[in-house]
Amino acid sequence: MVLECKHVWEHISGYLDGNLDAAVLEEVQKHLEHCEICSAILDSTRNILILTADERVFELPLGFSERLHARLETEMRGFTYGPSGSEEGDT
Amino acid sequence: MNASVENRNEAQMIASILAGNTHEFHRLIQPYERSVYSMALSMLQNEADAEDAAQEAFLKAFRNLDKFRGEAKFSTWLISITLNEARSRLRHKKTAKTESLDELTEGGHVSPALLRDWREIPSEALERQEVRLLLQDAITDLPTIYREVFVLRDMEDLSVNQSAEALGITVAATKVRLHRARLMLQKRLAPELKRVMPKRRWFPWF
Repeated sequence: MVLECKHVWEHISGYLDGNLDAAVLEEVQKHLEHCEICSAILDSTRNILILTADERVFELPLGFSERLHARLETEMRGFTYGPSGSEEGDT
Repeated sequence: MNASVENRNEAQMIASILAGNTHEFHRLIQPYERSVYSMALSMLQNEADAEDAAQEAFLKAFRNLDKFRGEAKFSTWLISITLNEARSRLRHKKTAKTESLDELTEGGHVSPALLRDWREIPSEALERQEVRLLLQDAITDLPTIYREVFVLRDMEDLSVNQSAEALGITVAATKVRLHRARLMLQKRLAPELKRVMPKRRWFPWF
C-alpha cells in the first residue's frame, strides 16, 4: 500500500512523538524518502515545536517572583492545616 | 522538568509543609513559577490577568495542599489547578472564543502549509521580539481545547498521559487534539516564520 500525502499528514504528530505502529511508521518513512513536501512539513512542524518549547516564548514579567512570594507570605501568616478543614477555604 | 527537579523529594517537602513548616512552600513551587505563568498567559492572553491567575493558583495550591494525595505528580496537580483557574476566568470574561465554538471545530481536519523550501529556524531567532510575538500570537489564537493540550504537552513537557489527566479527557482525545494543534501552528507559523527570517546565504536557491 502506498500512502498519499494527506494520509501521511495524519501521522505527523505520532511520528514526532515516536508512537506510530511499526507498520505505519515504515510506510510513512518510505513516503518521506521521496516526498519533498511532506519532509518539509515534518521539518517545519518539528522546528516549530522546538521554538515553542523554548522558555523565552513566554517570559516572566519583571518582579513576578517577588510579588508572588510576598502574597504567599501574607497568606502563610497564621495559616495552619487543620484536620477539620476549618481554615479559610476556597471554592 | 529537569533533573534537579526530579531529584528533589517533593513528597518529603509537602509532608514538612503540612506539619507546619509552611515556608517550605516557597521552595516547593520555585521550579514551577514559569510553567504556571505560561499556562495562565497562554489561556488569558493578557499579562496582568495571567499574573493574577498564576498567583491565585499558587495560593489555592497552598491552601489545599492537604488535599493533594500524591497519586499525581505535584507539578501535574499544580498545572490542573492553574488550568481550572484560567478556565473559570475565561468563562467570566466571555471572550469571543467560547468553549462551544471550540468544540464545533473539533471534527475538522487541518491541512498543513505546503512550503517546499523550509529550512531550520535557528533558536537564536527567539532573541528577536518579532519572532517571540509571532509564536505567542499563534499559540494564544488557538481555540481553547487545542491551546490547553498544546501548552501542557509541548510547552510544559507533560507526557500525553499527564496532559490527559490534567485536562480530564481521554488519552486518545488528547492525541487527536494535540495533532490538530500542532498542524494548526505549522499552517500558520511556517509561512510567517519564513517571511520574517532573513534569507540564509548558504542556501543558493533562495
